[in-house]
Amino acid sequence: MLRKINMVALGRRDTLRLAGAGAVAFVTSSLLPNLALADSASAAKAIKKIIGDKATQQGRITLELPQIAENGNTVPIAFEVESPMTEADHVKAVHIFSEGNPIPNVASIRFSPASGRARAATRMRMAKTQNVIAVAEMSDGSVFMAKAEVKVTIGGCGG
Amino acid sequence: MAKSKPRVKVPKSVKKGEVFQVKTLISHKMESGQRKNKKGKKIPRMIINKFICTYNGTVVFESDWHPAISANPYMAFYIRAEKSGTLVFKWTDDRGQTYEKMASITVN
Repeated sequence: MLRKINMVALGRRDTLRLAGAGAVAFVTSSLLPNLALADSASAAKAIKKIIGDKATQQGRITLELPQIAENGNTVPIAFEVESPMTEADHVKAVHIFSEGNPIPNVASIRFSPASGRARAATRMRMAKTQNVIAVAEMSDGSVFMAKAEVKVTIGGCGG
Repeated sequence: MAKSKPRVKVPKSVKKGEVFQVKTLISHKMESGQRKNKKGKKIPRMIINKFICTYNGTVVFESDWHPAISANPYMAFYIRAEKSGTLVFKWTDDRGQTYEKMASITVN
């Protein structure tokens, strides 16, 4: 059984805590947690490249993904970030990442107050069952994060 | 190269201040760079990597795409109606080739 490791913020303290959790998981369920760690580490690195060392908060983001994706070639994804979308208070960008794809970046979406709503929808490829992460950058510098797992029956990387 | 046809769906008329949805679709293989040909050689990446929407000349929505965006990329988003005018949609691929589509919007 794949052991799920809950990651909220990806700051240094949390990375160290994760290493500890990984050690405990290894004792109880052998190989799989190491693979999960490798995937989430690659996504964490890609996230850090975009938002730097900023702490991330939970909330505000609704991430819409199917629980099970029949076809990994095209998985519908939508997200919305709660925001008045005014000049003074709006969502600047939302970045989407995948933990289990060859490349962790999926898309970066930049909004403006003229967007009216910080909502977008697209379709993405998923190589295998994995977590999809949305990171929202607000105009006041705060950063929010949300994560959802999608089970994939047929992988979509053109194998 | 197959021609990439962009399609957009915007309401014909909206009330001032109304937030309306825009749907866009463009036919494109979005070759990820992960697939292999019959000889086992990797097919090089060739994707649309940028999408921009302007409303009367101002950028209202912009997106960077990576190989994980599915073939025939679909993107839906929202715009707050201000003045009547033109929406211009532009897609750019890895070679710098661009595809454009325009739509008029009437704001009451």
